[in-house]
Amino acid sequence: MIEFKNIFKKFSDKQVLNDVSHTMLSGKTNLIIGTSGSGKTVLQKCLVGLFEPDAGEIIYEGKSFTQMTEDERKLLRQQIGMLFQGSALFDSLTVEDNIKFPLDMFTRDTHQQKLKRVNEVLDRVNLIGSNKKFPSEISGGMKKRVGIARAIVLNPKFLFCDEPNSGLDPQTSMIIDKLISDITKENNITTIINTHDMNSVMEIGDNILYLKDGKKEWAGNSKDIIFSDNQNLNQFIFASEFLQGAKRLRMMEEKNP
Amino acid sequence: MNFFTHFGRYFLMIKGMFSRPENPKLYWKEFMHQCAEIGLGSIGIVSIISIFMGAVSALQTAYQITNPLVSKYIIAQIIRDTVILEFSPTLICVVLAGVVGSKIASELGNMRVSEQIDALEIMGINSKTYLILPKIAAAVVVVPMLVVISMSLGILGGRITTSLAGILTTDTYDKGLVELFKPYNVFFGLTKAYTYSFIISSIPAYFGYYVKGGSLEIGINSTRSVVISCIVILIADYILAALLL
Repeated sequence: MIEFKNIFKKFSDKQVLNDVSHTMLSGKTNLIIGTSGSGKTVLQKCLVGLFEPDAGEIIYEGKSFTQMTEDERKLLRQQIGMLFQGSALFDSLTVEDNIKFPLDMFTRDTHQQKLKRVNEVLDRVNLIGSNKKFPSEISGGMKKRVGIARAIVLNPKFLFCDEPNSGLDPQTSMIIDKLISDITKENNITTIINTHDMNSVMEIGDNILYLKDGKKEWAGNSKDIIFSDNQNLNQFIFASEFLQGAKRLRMMEEKNP
Repeated sequence: MNFFTHFGRYFLMIKGMFSRPENPKLYWKEFMHQCAEIGLGSIGIVSIISIFMGAVSALQTAYQITNPLVSKYIIAQIIRDTVILEFSPTLICVVLAGVVGSKIASELGNMRVSEQIDALEIMGINSKTYLILPKIAAAVVVVPMLVVISMSLGILGGRITTSLAGILTTDTYDKGLVELFKPYNVFFGLTKAYTYSFIISSIPAYFGYYVKGGSLEIGINSTRSVVISCIVILIADYILAALLL
C-alpha cells in the first residue's frame, strides 16, 4: 500500500501538483487519470523519487519515503518495478540481457538460475523465443512486454506504469492491460498506472484517482465512474457521443443485471 | 543557467559518481567495455594524425633550418620535443574531445531522453556511478596510452619523412633523438595527457547526463561539450606549462 498526503510540486511559476492526497491499494490496479498536463507523470515521478515534492508525505507500507536516507531509498527501489512510456529498454542489450540486468546487479544467482528466471518472465509476457533480439528489432507492443518482464523479474512489491498503452493499437492495449492486471492479482502487487486510455479505465480500474490541473478532482472505481455526476470527470471520460452511449448502456446493465 | 550553476552541478556530478557499486563485476565489465570503445575506436585516427604530424613537422623544420652552421640532427630533436611536449598530448586530446567526447555526450543524452537513466535510478542503481565513472576511468587509463602511441608514431613519421626526402639519414635522425633528451619532457607530456583525458570525458559526460529535451538538444549539447572541452584543454595547457616548465 502506498499513501501520499498533501503533495505539492511546482516548476518555475507553474503549480503542477496542488495538495494531492490518496491511497494506492495492494493487489489492485490503481489508476491515475487526467488530461495531458494534469500532473499524472509528475505525481508518479514524485512517488518513485525521481522528483522531490515541495511539500507532503509519501508512505510505503507505513514507512515514510520522504524521510528515508538515500541508502534506504535504494533498498526500497529494489522492490519497485517500473514500465516507462517509451519502455526505456537499454538499446545495446538484447531482450534477454535487458531482463537479466536487474538480476545481474542485485542477485548472486548462477547464470543458469538467472536464465531460468528470464525465461519464466518472458513466458509470462508471451515472448518466449525473443531472447536474442535487440530492442530495435521488436515492435512497440513487444517492447512494452519486455519492459513489464524487466519490471517484474525481481518480484517487486510495487509496479509503476507510465502510460502503458500509448502508441499501441486497441487490441495490443487490451493484452497489455490484462497482463498488468493479472500480474497484479497473482503477486498481490501495488500497481499504479498513469493513463488516459478509457478502455483501461473501464476494464482494470480498481482504484482510480482523477487529477485536474494538478488537483485531486475525483476518486473511485470503474463502476463509480458510470454513476458519477462530476461534470469534469464525465467530460473527460465520456468525451464522444459513442462513449456517452456506452455509458448509458453500462448504466442500464448495472441497474438491471 | 549561469556559469556558476554549471560549475557547481559539474562538481556535484563528480562527487555523486563515487558510491559503492552494487555488483563490482558488472562495473568492471562496463569499465573494460569503455576501455575497448575508447582505445580501439580511436587508435586508427590517432595513428594517422600522429604519423602525418611528425612528417609535416619534419618537412617544415627542415625548411626553416637553412643555416649551414646548425647541425642537421637538431631537426630530430625539434620533432622529438614538439611531439612529446605539445603535439601528441594536446593535438591528439583535442581530436579525441571530438571523437570520444561527442560519443559520450550523445550516448548519455540519448539515455536521458529515452528514460534509460531514470530506469537505472528506479532499479536502485546510482546511474552516475554506473554510467559516468567507467567512462572517465577508462579515458584516464586509455588516453595516455594513445598519447604514448602517438608520440612514438609522430617521431617515426618524422624519421620516415626525413629519410625519404633526403633531409637526414636514419642514423643522423636516431643520433638526434637521443641527444639532449630530457625524460622530464615525457613526464610533462603524460601529465598533460592524464589531465586532458579527465577533461574530455567528464565535460561531455556532464553535458550528456543533464540533457533536457529531445534529439535537437542532444546535438546541441554534444557540440557544446566538444567546444568547451577544447577550450578547457587549451586553458589547462597554458596553466600546466606555466606551472611545470
